[in-house]
This record gives sequence, structure tokens and C-alpha cells, in this order.
Amino acid sequence: MTLDLEHFTPSLSFGGGLLIGLAAAVLILFNGRIAGVSGILGGLLGAPRRDMAWRIAFVAGLLTAPVLGGLVDHPAVASIEAGWPQVLVAGLLVGIGTRYASGCTSGHGVCGISRGSVRSIAGTLTFMAAGFLTVFVQRHLLGT
Amino acid sequence: MVVITAWVAGLVFGLGLMMSGMANPAKVLSFLDFAGVWDPSLAFVMLGAILLASLGFFIARRGSLSWLGLTIQWPSSTSITWRLILGSATFGIGWGLAGFCPGPALVALGAGYPKAVGFVLAMLAGMMVFELIEHARTGVERA
Repeated sequence: MTLDLEHFTPSLSFGGGLLIGLAAAVLILFNGRIAGVSGILGGLLGAPRRDMAWRIAFVAGLLTAPVLGGLVDHPAVASIEAGWPQVLVAGLLVGIGTRYASGCTSGHGVCGISRGSVRSIAGTLTFMAAGFLTVFVQRHLLGT
Repeated sequence: MVVITAWVAGLVFGLGLMMSGMANPAKVLSFLDFAGVWDPSLAFVMLGAILLASLGFFIARRGSLSWLGLTIQWPSSTSITWRLILGSATFGIGWGLAGFCPGPALVALGAGYPKAVGFVLAMLAGMMVFELIEHARTGVERA
């Protein structure tokens, strides 16, 4: 292991983290809801329900962030190295997995850990371990 | 009002993802590449996020109604099940393959990246697969 000091952004990342935490606080304090992206999105699929409006509004907020941040198609936002087949398989796995796990990086990782939920800590440790392993196999065993 | 606060929360969440580098798959993969040239930045994202979120949850827990008068809906499940573990593992593999989790994928979609559009469509398809399987299962149980 070598530290990537060239791309290390502790203060920006910490500041961005504060914004994410603030957003989770706003949603629980005003709407009484957990800021879990996969759950909010998943609630829009399946049987129609009464609480669609706030879900659509939250997703719209995520989608408009780069627009209001003035960063549409800006290289600073995202650099996607994976090829198309990989991107599609990854999306499918993330969709199925997060729904069965009832949460993702936001619902279990940020909100669950902040609530002190042991269940969320177990979920977070599992997806982190799977993520580390996947990258290890891909970059160091298969060498792609 | 409910819609406005939800939209603001989504917007601030998205700006946080962008500022932190979490919305950039290359940076996420570099964090997950522990054995390579490791960028520990994303640990600082979690630190900042948990700091303010736990404060929010602490305040919210003092009452049963939100500031807009809505019932606060806490997750009811506390058990560690195979569904949680296998679901999380499946999610983690997908996360490691492309570097996207749900929130950042939506932000990158809003920023206009074609691959983010593809990822989100595949993710929605995966969520639909879950809905169909669970719908079929509960249907069988009722019959």
C-alpha cells in the first residue's frame, strides 16, 4: 500500500461530508425521514403509495445539484473508467443488492452508523469488504 | 413545504457528494484500492457526514413529530439477516465494479454523463427485479 498524496483531499472531503450530514439532519428533522437514497428511489417503484411527492423532490434535488453547482459535464464531477458492460452489470447488482439489504452507503453507511444501529454497521462492513475485494481481484489479480 | 425541505435535503446531499469527491467513481475506486495507491479521502467524508447526521438524529429522537409535524419514521428492523448480508455483498461487488453507489450515480446523471444514465437505468431494472421477486413471493404465500 502506498498513499496517494497527489489526489488526497482531506478538507474538501470533510467539508463535503458535513454537507451530506447536514442534508440527512434536514430530512429527519423536517420530514421525519431517513436519507437513504436506495430506499427513497426504490419506494417510487412497485405498488403506488401516498408518499411519492417528497421522494420525487429529494431525487430531483440530487439531480439538480450539478446544475446549480455549475458543474454539468465538468471533468471535476466524475471520471468513469469502467466500460459499458461493466457499468450495466454494476448497476444491476447495486439495484438488487441495495433493495435486499434495505440500504446503501447513505442509509446504512451515513444514517445507520449515526443512529448507532448495529444492523447498519454489519451492512456497511459487508459492502465495504465486498467493494475492497472486488477492486483487489480486478486490479491486482486480473490486472485490468 | 414537505416537498421543499425534501428537495433542499437532496440538493445539499448532492452538493456534498460533489464537493467530497464521492460522486467521482475514479476517486471511490482509488479509496477501495487498499493494495494499490490508496487515497484515504473518503474516510473523511464519512467522518464529516456522521458528525452532523448524528447531531440531527440526536435532536430528532427527543420527540415523535418532525418540525413540520410529521411522524418521524425510524427503521424498525434491527436484526442481522442473510438478506442484509447477501444484499450488502451484492451491492458491494457492484460498487467495486464501477465506483458508483445510488446517490453519486444520480448526481452524475444530473451532470449529463451517458454512462451514469446507463448505470441508473440498470440500477432501476435491478430494483424492479427485487419488486417482482418479492411480489411473486408474497403472492405465493397468500395463496
